[in-house]
Amino acid sequence: MPVVSYREALNQAMDEEMARDERVFLMGEEVAQYNGAYKVSQGLLAKYGPKRIIDTPIAEAGFAGIGIGSAMVGLRPIVEFMSWNFSLVAFDQIVNNAAKMLSMSGGNFNVPIVFRGPGGAAHNLAATHSQALESLYAHFPGLKVVMPSNPRDAKGLLKTAIRDNNPVIFIESEVMYGEKGEIPEGEYTIPFGTGDIVREGKDVTIVSWSKILQHITTKAVSRLAEENISVELIDPRTIKPMDWELIFNSVKKTNRLVIVEEGWPFAGVGAQISHEVSNHCFDFLDAPIERVTQEDVPLPYVHNLEVASLPNIQKVIRAVRKVMYLD
Amino acid sequence: MPESINILQSKMNHTKLKNNMQTDLLGLSPEILLKWYDEMLLIRRFEEKCAQLYGMGKIGGFCHLYNGQEAIATGSIGAINPDDYVITAYRDHGLAISKGLDPRRILAELLGKSTGTTKGKGGSMHLFSREKNFLGGHAIVGGHIPLAAGAAFASKYRDEKRVCLCFMGDGATNIGEFHEALNLAALWKLPVIYIIENNKYGMGTAVDRASAVDELHLKAAAYNMRNEVIEEGHNVLKVYQSVKAAVDHARKTYEPSLLEVQTFRYRGHSMSDPIHGHYRTKEEVEEQKKLDPITLFMGILTDTNLASEDYFNSAEERIKSIVDECVAFTENSSEPPLEELYTDVYAD
Ligand SMILES: Cc1ncc(C[n+]2csc(CCOP(=O)(O)OP(=O)(O)O)c2C)c(N)n1
Ligand SMILES: [Mg+2]
Repeated sequence: MPVVSYREALNQAMDEEMARDERVFLMGEEVAQYNGAYKVSQGLLAKYGPKRIIDTPIAEAGFAGIGIGSAMVGLRPIVEFMSWNFSLVAFDQIVNNAAKMLSMSGGNFNVPIVFRGPGGAAHNLAATHSQALESLYAHFPGLKVVMPSNPRDAKGLLKTAIRDNNPVIFIESEVMYGEKGEIPEGEYTIPFGTGDIVREGKDVTIVSWSKILQHITTKAVSRLAEENISVELIDPRTIKPMDWELIFNSVKKTNRLVIVEEGWPFAGVGAQISHEVSNHCFDFLDAPIERVTQEDVPLPYVHNLEVASLPNIQKVIRAVRKVMYLD
Repeated sequence: MPESINILQSKMNHTKLKNNMQTDLLGLSPEILLKWYDEMLLIRRFEEKCAQLYGMGKIGGFCHLYNGQEAIATGSIGAINPDDYVITAYRDHGLAISKGLDPRRILAELLGKSTGTTKGKGGSMHLFSREKNFLGGHAIVGGHIPLAAGAAFASKYRDEKRVCLCFMGDGATNIGEFHEALNLAALWKLPVIYIIENNKYGMGTAVDRASAVDELHLKAAAYNMRNEVIEEGHNVLKVYQSVKAAVDHARKTYEPSLLEVQTFRYRGHSMSDPIHGHYRTKEEVEEQKKLDPITLFMGILTDTNLASEDYFNSAEERIKSIVDECVAFTENSSEPPLEELYTDVYAD
């Protein structure tokens, strides 16, 4: 199987879909001549030309809206946000126009558009540039939210997103762009709403996704294995739709659940998972569900406070030990 | 008229006779002019130190340097009073220094120390000082532009004559908030002076690839707003003169202005970007560097006999020791305690 970086996987997905479908185009700040602020669109301008790989001014509300309008009448735009933080400038367009159009127009206009770019914290970027916004977007009916944690999923899910007839919020990670992984040979897609069992286990279920899964949770799980604690690690891959059956079945087996996410605790994705699991697996739970999140504060610039605020390996281990009544 | 200015005037006449120099020093005292020289040099050397510390991994995150744009900070802020407001985007070190923030605390902020301007919470892109009426560095492009009109609104509301200078890049004039704020400021007559630092590029995008109008000051016409372009943005005196006129006008009439200042950034967009990359040539950067604001001002001070080689050498020494002091201060400071994570989220 070929080994590619997360960045290359995304690039391949866009490339293949653009070759396959004339209606697909890419638009965003620095995506064309600069080859992408994070080089995700490397080479696409040379291949597809300025008609389909389009540099925009710094005008998120404007170009998100142009994307939505063009999607209403039959194109299939990919809109890159240099970072998801800047999508907040286009929030009205995404939430009021993209998400609601199909319903509000009584089925007249659907909006096949992908909004993509890096989300979450990198390092020392401070409060406005470090936000994990998945729970925010998952809140709105009409949006799908996708968060791949590795190159294989990044490629397969982005191809699905581009082919989807709805607005898709596709959140990548700046710090994962260079990370490599195996991807299947040739053409493949991954359907939304199918999670992945990253590691089988029997004592505790952990649900975690994206960068936090790769950088924090998997490491904590390996440490726990050394203490003979067997964790079943689930990557839902898409936040909305969520693969509830996969999670419920795992909890029914382990009887314990920890959710590890980068976002803030209040009304976070983990709160929703916690509710669904306590509703559907109430009789199977042996301990209250634990969550590991970022602290409920804007993320500071300085390294020591940044690390203290975000989920880390110790916090995950503590939560797992807690649901196992080991402390 | 203070005596110093009379002396200056006679010196000027003298120089004019001698060198046939046309430089108009705008009635500014030698003290002020020399202070401006020192300040621009401090900004330059401060930024060079930042580049060095960034390279050593001591400064993290995004760090946008001001090299090449110094005359804008010094000339503009030289035209206002300490109780006037200043607000800008993330390229904020130079403006913060001009507004009187302690450079030691700025550097401490960049290194994430508890003695920093925001105790290590904001970093390079988010310098603030309530005491100095510095309303921030802001990292979301365009987000601060309405805030400036808000500060001006408060000034008028309280019958004060304080103005707000709002700095932004050329790229920021393409975002919606710019247009909403300009319309409101003009409609409600708010004493705000919008200053576009047109350094020709927003990241890797040249002005004419991003804006349908490449004479950016003309955007004010849509809002019937007073506007002007300052071609010689590397000349601190020209910047001062135009900003002063806009400030005087705002104090008298409450009316806003939009000034476009032509300038150039010597470094890459931020410390993580290449200096020229593919979007501009090395030759272009070198050509623009010939319009260096500090070198130009050195020439003016020399031609008008206000400073000589000796002065420039001693200034270099003095500034070096200030920058060294910044580094020492920072090294003697500690990172914020962990409890600091939970402070400042809500006001009491
Ligand atoms: C809303 C928003 N979109 C995108 C960015 C990323 N970004 C940061 S600076 C910048 C370029 C701004 O250029 P300009 O306004 O000309 O200022 P300069 O950096 O040249 O001083 C971009 C695109 C951002 N910070 N905020
Ligand atoms: Mg610019």
